[in-house]
Amino acid sequence: MTAPTLDDDLDSLLLIRHFEQRLLDLFAAGELNGTTHTCLGQEHVPVALSPLLAEDDFVLSNHRGHGHYLARYDDPAGLLAEIMGRRGGVCDGVGGSQHLFRDGYLSTGVQGESLPVGVGIALSLRRRKPGSVVVAYIGDGTWGEGAVYEALNMAALWRAPMIVVVEHNGIAQTTPTEAHLAGTIGGRCAGFGIRHRLVEGNDVTAIRAALAPAISLVRTSGEPLVVEFRTHRLGPHSKGDDTRSEQELEAARRADWYPRLAAAAPESFAAADGRQRDRVAAVVDDVRARPASEWRRQWPANE
Amino acid sequence: MAGERVVEALNRGLHDLLGRDPGTLLLGEDVLDPYGGAFRATKGLSTRFPDQVLSTPISENGIVGVANGLALAGHRVLVEVMFGDFLLLAFDQIVNFAAKSVSMYGRRVPLRTVVRCPVGGGRGYGPTHSQNPQKHLIGVPHLALAEMSAFHDPRHVLADLLDRGDPAVFFEDKILYTQPARGEGRIDQLWAAELPAGPLGPAVLTMGRPESTDCLIICPGGVADRAMRAGAELLLRHELETQIIVPSRLWPFDAKPVLDAAGRAAVVCVVEDGPAGGGWGAAVAHELHTALWGQLSRPVVTVAAEPEVIPAAPHLEETVRVGPAKIVTAVWEATR
Ligand SMILES: Cc1ncc(C[n+]2csc(CCOP(=O)(O)OP(=O)(O)O)c2C)c(N)n1
Repeated sequence: MTAPTLDDDLDSLLLIRHFEQRLLDLFAAGELNGTTHTCLGQEHVPVALSPLLAEDDFVLSNHRGHGHYLARYDDPAGLLAEIMGRRGGVCDGVGGSQHLFRDGYLSTGVQGESLPVGVGIALSLRRRKPGSVVVAYIGDGTWGEGAVYEALNMAALWRAPMIVVVEHNGIAQTTPTEAHLAGTIGGRCAGFGIRHRLVEGNDVTAIRAALAPAISLVRTSGEPLVVEFRTHRLGPHSKGDDTRSEQELEAARRADWYPRLAAAAPESFAAADGRQRDRVAAVVDDVRARPASEWRRQWPANE
Repeated sequence: MAGERVVEALNRGLHDLLGRDPGTLLLGEDVLDPYGGAFRATKGLSTRFPDQVLSTPISENGIVGVANGLALAGHRVLVEVMFGDFLLLAFDQIVNFAAKSVSMYGRRVPLRTVVRCPVGGGRGYGPTHSQNPQKHLIGVPHLALAEMSAFHDPRHVLADLLDRGDPAVFFEDKILYTQPARGEGRIDQLWAAELPAGPLGPAVLTMGRPESTDCLIICPGGVADRAMRAGAELLLRHELETQIIVPSRLWPFDAKPVLDAAGRAAVVCVVEDGPAGGGWGAAVAHELHTALWGQLSRPVVTVAAEPEVIPAAPHLEETVRVGPAKIVTAVWEATR
């Protein structure tokens, strides 16, 4: 692990930002099918965490996973090809936006089911690659699923080295947290005797410094950890389905890292911004020109 | 109603059902206005019936359990599960509690829980949001299964499911939501629909001369459109005349209304858009074989999806889902 520089972090944040924005544009232009969930406003979460992870660590992601993937792998073309069903996609277009799998990374679109799986992977890592951890990203809404609690119980009982990263963006699809979650996430963790860390703000360097010791402790002790990020969903749940008020959206925009970083160092920010915008544009042109993906298992088309 | 789309007919039906009985409740994720559910089927309900609509946490097994408790206490309860794939999270409450409770206490315990869910592919949502899970629930004692069609008014079908006293699951093909609600009458130049056994009986789609049927296709509502396209193709290319029967009730399946037509057809074909193996198609074919043994001119043909997940990319989806060409080929090969 070489420590990333501020510029690396900024590049990573902006790559994800422009990738997600282009996706929404491509949808609006009718160039994409199906559905997608962008992580606009939440990019700093995986950008802060990824450098704390080692190659043998395993990341479990969810429906809102493009940032999780891009912060770990510099592979926007593989991800876009997967989403667009073009040659070179991470899973040949079979999985699509929310079902990715490669060494050390898996995402799935069924809320909650990743946590018990994460306990299993963590137990295996403890035997075979001691010191490695599982990182499982879930949203606040996913705390409605019973599987989450069964997993937390087993993780604590069996000392599974798993870090549950909660992207608490205050809303689940259209349901505000107050309407779906009684008590607090921290309180729930306390019930299992699981350590809980709350992270506010989006200063990547500060967040990373604050979390590094807690994550190291998971590696050495095997005790699970829950890290709850208070964050904001800047975009719609998927596309064009935002039911929030202008006030709520304004609050999300005010909390965004993008204007803050742009104001902090206008020149270098603008340069990085242009660089990543161009990079994503080039990726889009590249992937768009590719032929349709091929699934190794094929039947004659039946239309 | 003229010009209605299927999701609007469904929505109107839900309005009627909550309106006719203040004890009828509806639970589901993100069902409140202004959103009105992921496919907008519940639009307007929470505004009009605020005391009867409950938007829930993401807890499929939990909310079907709550619905079962309400039903046990005498309510009629509709649950919307956002995608049919997530029905599997509520399997325990549907099969072990709802269906078994009807009879496992030695006397009949009516339980009016109806779970609705969007099913099927064709939208590029990927493997965990595209399944047709019907087959996993077939043959569960005291569990009724019905599927939405463009010909049946969802209001009548849901009212029947809610009133019977057995729990039920209502499958709603996603593609169908935005299609016209057709009811009875002419569909296009080729096809016309009838409900000869009333609003709950199977819809019969004919090319106008039912007595000269070469091929009888039996399929659920989500597949009817593809079956009609196959029928047109069979006529054009092979001069075979097709009749299509679309039952609303998938299970228990009542074979009686189809026996006559099945006995006369040269080929009977049952189509389902999920993988074969313990599925609806095989169960229907078996009933027909048993009832019409000696009368059928050849074994009932079954057409199912490829035994695979539904992939995300549209060009791959079409290699797994049942399409008209697959039906045409299966029927044509059976006749030769
Ligand atoms: C088991 C299951 N139920 C429902 C859904 C539909 N769904 C997809 S995302 C979502 C909201 C998730 O909210 P949250 O966990 O807070 O994550 P966020 O979308 O805010 O990132 C829902 C209900 C699902 N994918 N899986």
